[in-house]
Amino acid sequence: MSEKAAPRPTPDTQPFFDAAARGELSLPKCRDCGELFFYPRSWCPRCSSADLEWTPCSGRARLHSYLINTRPAPGFEDETPYSIAVVELEEGPRMMTNIVGVPQTPEHLVLDMELEVVFDKHGEVAVPKFMPAGGAR
Amino acid sequence: MTNTIRNKTAIIGAAETQRLGTIPDQSAMQLHAEAGLAALRDAGLTVHDVDGVACAGESPVEVAEYLGITPQYLDGTHVGGSSFMLHVRHAAAAIAAGLCTTVLITHGESGRSRVGMQPWAPAPQSMRGQFEVPYGVMGPPTTFPIGLLRYMKDYGMTPEQLAMVPVVQRQWAGLNPRAKLRDPITVDDVLSSRMVAYPIHLLECCLVTDGGGAVVITSLDRANSLDLPHDPVVILGAGESSESAMVSMMADVTSSRAFRTAGERAFAEAGIKHSEVDHLMIYDAFAHVPIYGLEDLGFVGRGEAPAFIGDGHTAPGGSLPLNTNGGGLSYTHTGMYGMFAIQESVRQLRGQAPAQVPDANISVVLGNGGMFMSAGVLVLGTPAAA
Repeated sequence: MSEKAAPRPTPDTQPFFDAAARGELSLPKCRDCGELFFYPRSWCPRCSSADLEWTPCSGRARLHSYLINTRPAPGFEDETPYSIAVVELEEGPRMMTNIVGVPQTPEHLVLDMELEVVFDKHGEVAVPKFMPAGGAR
Repeated sequence: MTNTIRNKTAIIGAAETQRLGTIPDQSAMQLHAEAGLAALRDAGLTVHDVDGVACAGESPVEVAEYLGITPQYLDGTHVGGSSFMLHVRHAAAAIAAGLCTTVLITHGESGRSRVGMQPWAPAPQSMRGQFEVPYGVMGPPTTFPIGLLRYMKDYGMTPEQLAMVPVVQRQWAGLNPRAKLRDPITVDDVLSSRMVAYPIHLLECCLVTDGGGAVVITSLDRANSLDLPHDPVVILGAGESSESAMVSMMADVTSSRAFRTAGERAFAEAGIKHSEVDHLMIYDAFAHVPIYGLEDLGFVGRGEAPAFIGDGHTAPGGSLPLNTNGGGLSYTHTGMYGMFAIQESVRQLRGQAPAQVPDANISVVLGNGGMFMSAGVLVLGTPAAA
């Protein structure tokens, strides 16, 4: 079986993936205007400040929207169909992810359900995914 | 608004490749060239009249060289399927500013046969490669509809209402002999077609075809001095914008900021009201895109597009004829469909469309690029509307 695509971090995103390797979801926060943002950039997208601070997030999120893919990408052969989702972190920013630890059906994937982050290794890189809060169903 | 391009330029030539669909014997570049020469013939011009070239996918350098053009203006803006709307806008501005006189905008794509095409593969160090591709995305069907369930929950749209989009567009396609799919379909047909990526069914996804198209832009003064075989199509207004290369980064997954921004600018520049629009084209890579487009352009309020379509307003005989060639869902979709949407607006304003809208004087065409990544809007009109 082929392997799942792995991100290749760049200097501006490396701390995000370093934190993920420690089991932590961390996002840049602007010290000037307070904006917490995703995806990671070296300047604040709201005020252009370079004075940023990597800030640990709670890992709690809600299911904002998703679709269920039926045609496997490389490495997803054994888990197709699978969800590709947008989750909204408790702190506000949204990100794409997979919802794991739950049957991949509309009945089990309910919008606004509460989620918590888990990390999955793609090659050498830890990638954040989300499962229903309180553990697998 | 100052520095407007309103009423200064016109589309004087427009053509598609002779064949659309499966064309295994032509490369993407050949499709550019065939369409470009056909558009020039349509305007009664030759390559020697052209001093500007614009295209996406292929380089304008290569298209100019292939056709034997010595350009003084090049536009290689490549922001996906809306690129051609941006090319028209940029050409209008360049001609109005005196940078060139006659711009040839070409499209050719071997979307189905993949002859002379590059494979789709975001680099793993790109932001998409880092933050979307690892989640098993496989191209448009696995990303474009990602906000749809949120739209359905927030606005109460039913699967049956979404299915009406391809049903109505097939009614238009049935009137167009060049449309690839012409047989009538029902809501049940749509909902019983294969689930490609829940909640999107096969019949809610666009075609994948080979083909090309091209337009020729010049000043309105020059258009009026030429002995054209048909009326010029006047560029009344235009707008462009972008949001994110990643659909998951949209500020609101139920509405496109790029559509709204480009649309507001185009309407303001043209100085028209929505009630003056006779004909509308909205890029329809998937069934939900015309729903977003109708709302983001301001033709209806938020959440109102499903009922508007369901009530027949966009269907043949309706108050706002939409995607009258059958659209990407039923007519053709090479990958960057925007050129074909422009072609249909030109046909309608010339009175030459197979499914002709009576008294079409103002047509609006909204192009989408990527997955709500970019947008281009053109407001086009007959000489009477200018």
